[in-house]
Amino acid sequence: MANPNFLLEIGVEEIPDWMIRPALEHLSKAFATLLADNKLKGAVSWVDATPRRLVLAAERLPKGQKDSVELVTGPPKSAGEGAAQGFARKLGVSVDQLETTATPKGEYFSFRKKVAGRTTAEILAEALPGLILGIPWPKTMYWTTKSGARFIRPIRWVVALLGSKVVPFMVAGVASSNVTSGHRRFGKAKVKVTIRAYEEKLRANHVMVRAGERRGKIEEGVAALTAGKGLGCRTDEALLDTLTYLTEWPTAILGSFDPAYLSLPEEVLVTVMRHHQKYFSVAREDGSLAPHFIAVMNVPSDAEGLVVAGNERVLRARFNDARFFWETDQKRKLADRVESLANVTFQAKLGSYLDKTQRVVELVKQLGGDEHAQRAALVAKCDLTTDMVKEFTDLQGVVGGLYLRAQGEPEAVAQAVYDHYKPASMEAAIPRTEAGRMVSLADKLDTLRECFKIGMIPSGSRDPFALRRAAQGVVKILVEGNSALTVRAHLNGDAQLEEFFLDRIRYYFREVRGFAYDEVNAVLAAGWDPLTDAASRLEAIRAVRPTENFEPLAASFKRIRNILKQADWATGISYAHGLLEAGPEVDLCSRFEALQPEVTAKRKSADYTAALQLIASLRPQVDLFFDKVLVNSPDPNVRRNRLALLDSLLREFSSIADFSEIVTS
Amino acid sequence: MDSYQQILFKLKRYWSDRGCIIQEPYDVEVGAGTMCPETFLRVLGPRPYRVAYVQPSRRPADGRYGENPNRLYKHQQLQVILKPTPDDVIEQYLGSLEAIGIDLRKHDIKFEEDNWESPTLGAWGIGWQVMLDGLEITQFTYFQQCGGIDLEMAPAELTYGLERLSAFLQNKESVYEIEWTPGVRYQEVRFADEQQFSVYNFELADIEALWQMFALHEKECQRLLDMYAKYEPKARFPVLAAYDQVLKCSHLFNLLDSRGAISVTERVGVIGRVRKLAVGAAQLWMAQQQEAA
Repeated sequence: MANPNFLLEIGVEEIPDWMIRPALEHLSKAFATLLADNKLKGAVSWVDATPRRLVLAAERLPKGQKDSVELVTGPPKSAGEGAAQGFARKLGVSVDQLETTATPKGEYFSFRKKVAGRTTAEILAEALPGLILGIPWPKTMYWTTKSGARFIRPIRWVVALLGSKVVPFMVAGVASSNVTSGHRRFGKAKVKVTIRAYEEKLRANHVMVRAGERRGKIEEGVAALTAGKGLGCRTDEALLDTLTYLTEWPTAILGSFDPAYLSLPEEVLVTVMRHHQKYFSVAREDGSLAPHFIAVMNVPSDAEGLVVAGNERVLRARFNDARFFWETDQKRKLADRVESLANVTFQAKLGSYLDKTQRVVELVKQLGGDEHAQRAALVAKCDLTTDMVKEFTDLQGVVGGLYLRAQGEPEAVAQAVYDHYKPASMEAAIPRTEAGRMVSLADKLDTLRECFKIGMIPSGSRDPFALRRAAQGVVKILVEGNSALTVRAHLNGDAQLEEFFLDRIRYYFREVRGFAYDEVNAVLAAGWDPLTDAASRLEAIRAVRPTENFEPLAASFKRIRNILKQADWATGISYAHGLLEAGPEVDLCSRFEALQPEVTAKRKSADYTAALQLIASLRPQVDLFFDKVLVNSPDPNVRRNRLALLDSLLREFSSIADFSEIVTS
Repeated sequence: MDSYQQILFKLKRYWSDRGCIIQEPYDVEVGAGTMCPETFLRVLGPRPYRVAYVQPSRRPADGRYGENPNRLYKHQQLQVILKPTPDDVIEQYLGSLEAIGIDLRKHDIKFEEDNWESPTLGAWGIGWQVMLDGLEITQFTYFQQCGGIDLEMAPAELTYGLERLSAFLQNKESVYEIEWTPGVRYQEVRFADEQQFSVYNFELADIEALWQMFALHEKECQRLLDMYAKYEPKARFPVLAAYDQVLKCSHLFNLLDSRGAISVTERVGVIGRVRKLAVGAAQLWMAQQQEAA
């Protein structure tokens, strides 16, 4: 890799941490496109960022574009000398400098115009302001005037160096230069840089430009703080990411809290530390929560312990609040709060959470939920009325479960409520118990049905009620919870909702489970309810697909489908043995009829792999049939009989998967 | 150790030295310093303005009878508006912390994304919550819209939580322990306030009367707003008086809310009624300014 000869640093007020990486990706791509569009060689060396700067370095940028020749075509030769003179005059050249060029439409006057290449500096100076302001952000702002530039936060400086020279331009009222800015309190406000010394200079001013280096420093700090103390930091990649992009010079510190707070549920303590304070939790060797936390500062040290003390005090106040909420909430049992749900809106048009609760209880009954599941459905949403959940909304469900346990409800009920928002994502776990899965399913199905009923249907990126996630959750619970439930019966016969579900099912099998798209299409075309059955059929296809007979047979099935389609064949007509022709046709029919009961037996016992292997064994007879027998027999009765035979075969053997959906090579 | 009022003096002095008008608190109940006309109306239009003031901010639902060490029905905000925003606004802000004795080489400051929004005022902005050693001490906002109107400039709004900041500086676990001035604790000045208003706001406020008052102020506001078109000379028209009525409505809404008198379904509707008045007042203010220009 060559040394970079171009550097761009966009100095910005603190960018939200989670937006930084996508912005860098865009910046890198946009710069590569800029080079390509201008026929400039060179490549992006790296992009990186801190909260206050987006940086791009590129290498092997040439001094400028090569000179080029452009062919300018004028009037047709047939237009004569006069036209040529006019053409030459327009170009400012003499007629004898013109040439003629042959085109499919005839000969034309033409001129080879030399175009001088522009310098890279010139091209960059012109393009970079647009490139910078073209970085897409989830939400932008203006800071000069209403008609001024928009960006994620105000741009305060820009470094743009090509070799040793500044690429001069203005963006959002800021002139590019070779002057960057160090850490807000441990660096100089103005730091002159060169490309070669860029990172060094910033490091001397307490800025680590590279996220990887900052992340490493946090990890080392954490390890050093816990080493030899019988403590371990709970890993939390997302938080590590956040802290990496929230700091320019991260330093981890270890704080403590009064072990008395450990009497509060761990979930509450961890949420306070994680979501409100961005602290890592610390565990003892046995995995239990230790009365410590790890915070990450944006300064090099805490020599006097002031930062630790400050953070400890904040955490103490937060924990005190949590304890206060816990104690207040216990004054009224969760089970006594059902009626209060009338005052909590589920959705303006869909009424209150009391209405929702009543529907979900009913649905749990219909789904066959036991008494614990029904009880859990009744009290599942009650924690929305507690102070704890009002303060820590992420803990909805969890708090309900904890309170129910503390209030002496059966463990099965408490667990079901605790789990009923699960799975939180496609990677997360589903509810642990049958009752939990039941309540979760009913809750999500209800949301889906009701929202679709009033036309609140996700489109594009608009999905305010997270209906995709809800449907995804239903699919995941049904499949991974190995449920025999048939979900279709509970979709209200709503065609749009069914289609929406089917989409989520495809997504699940493809993206989460890694099945090929044609396998998914083939299996779903043969039915998708219950989903566990579709999953078993998919596994079987995946197992049988590499065997030698499968894909050729799939190709034959596709052929059969096409033949029937062309013949406009009405399915379900039976064939007559008497009309079969001896040889390949009779052989195919006998083999088919011999296999049929065996396949059915295997299919009924859900041994789909064996059933598919049996079906695949039909390949020699099918091949021979197509080789030797003319389906479109001149005798219309024979022809119809053949179509009926093929149709029976296709129908009989397509109930595991529609093989014609399989893409064969 | 600086007392609470010393901290206030220093902050006011600091912003006064940077060209701010130092205003006294607005004398109508508000939920936040943003609602005062000094912010809500002055951020509109192209005319530069710099102002700083302490605003007692009343949030009835946050009252805890004086029993919670960190939550108050009425807390004090220092509100700073810089219009237009100076390029070094963050440096100026950090300087204000240093001016009250926070050595930023010994403490940890972070700017964490937090976009402020007030549906009641039709106002929103982009910015951060400023964290000092893990404590949120300031809301820093680049105002983008107010009263439903896109702002000509995007003024910077700095809102300091004075009790938190003072408790931090004085190393107190409870706001009631803050030393207001040597020998006098916050408790002695404010406890009765917290306790009595919690009782009123949560228990004794007459819901029917509050609704009637709300309707009266709403009607008076709308009556004024409707008069503007025909009123001459425009410059004398009392937009400010109409806006006071908006503030009354907003506070009554908060009271009704803490009294549990507004169902969730009604809530959106009532917020919409207040916003309509706020937007109306903002539009008249703009019209009047343009008339004068």
